[in-house]
Amino acid sequence: MYQQNLDKIAELSSHSAMGVSGPNCDLVNFSELGTGLSDVTPHLAPYHDQCRYISKNLALYELSNDGMKLSTHAQANFCRGELAKALRKGPFQVNVILGGYDENVPNGGSLYVMDYLGSCQKVNYGAQGYASNFTLSIMDRDWEEGLNEEQAVKIVEHCIRELNMRFLLNQSNFIIKVVDKDGVRTVKADSDPTDN
Amino acid sequence: KQYYHNRKMSILEYNGAAVIAMAGKDCVGIASDNRLGIQYQTVAMDFKKVFKMNDTLFVGLAGLATDVQTLDQLLRFRMNLYELREERTMTPQVFTNLLSNILYEKRFGPYFAEPVVAGLDEKGSPYLATMDLIGAIETTKDFVVSGTCDGNLYGMCETLYKPDLGKEELFETLAQALLASVDRDALSGWGGVVHIITKEGVMSRELKGRQD
Repeated sequence: MYQQNLDKIAELSSHSAMGVSGPNCDLVNFSELGTGLSDVTPHLAPYHDQCRYISKNLALYELSNDGMKLSTHAQANFCRGELAKALRKGPFQVNVILGGYDENVPNGGSLYVMDYLGSCQKVNYGAQGYASNFTLSIMDRDWEEGLNEEQAVKIVEHCIRELNMRFLLNQSNFIIKVVDKDGVRTVKADSDPTDN
Repeated sequence: KQYYHNRKMSILEYNGAAVIAMAGKDCVGIASDNRLGIQYQTVAMDFKKVFKMNDTLFVGLAGLATDVQTLDQLLRFRMNLYELREERTMTPQVFTNLLSNILYEKRFGPYFAEPVVAGLDEKGSPYLATMDLIGAIETTKDFVVSGTCDGNLYGMCETLYKPDLGKEELFETLAQALLASVDRDALSGWGGVVHIITKEGVMSRELKGRQD
């Protein structure tokens, strides 16, 4: 029995979210329903700590600097710096996709892809983990400049359909979140198929 | 794991890079490719490996992407500190020594990056230097290369290089040397960027090459 509905997208701040993946996250784990995450999935503890560390430090910055929010670029840079620092001490085995909304950025939204070694790149679309082998080509084809939310979510759903069809190790439970001027919200969350 | 790749890749080949710098008549050029990969998968086609330190000094960093980005930040930090304390701009020779020092400090746990320094010294004459990942400096008068296809780059430079090229000819030479070299290397490519540095300013151009 293993947990099928673990939400791997953490809300970092009011207008940014960070999704993580990595080899550890693919391992099956034991669970009691809905109890404290790090007790339940101890091998995912580095991910939980990482997200908490990042989001709490971002909150601290806001508190210490008179309510000034860090831009998505700054948040991504901070995250990258932490990954790079940890690399030679005790690396986080987490690959990150960080997305956020800033008012003063053309187009508003920006997306950053980071690997567990600490390299960071701003991208129009990205994928981490085994999914990338299947989905990057789809997004290469479908993505274009100036998509609205509906079109973007459609592309994400296209990727998910592809994984459901072709990916051997796939778990069909996906959660889609959108970050825009109103903040972070969940657009679609499949339920755990083992719940009745 | 055998299914994905048979040959074990060294850490310096993990992300893929090609960096090249050449001296001309009162000018220097520095160029790099645009690919960021994770082993054989391409993740981005606009990854910057050449960084401007000031109007007459550029550094190109080939190697592990995380260390390339860390070093860029470290170098700008150290250079800004120097300029605040000394109240003068850093010369390329001093910068090269600084970079070498930063790398050797990590002698037994190094930054996996092999840099290339290109700039104009105070008299306006070209300065080129390269070093390995632990900071062994080599200065040359003609060209310096670094990256996963450094063998290809050496060959192309040796063939195409002529001393005292003007800035347009230098641009052409750099572009051809870079593009031909990365075409034979799976880990670098996806276009490139060339910067030509003269006393008057910097000319930067994007290269469109084979997008594979």
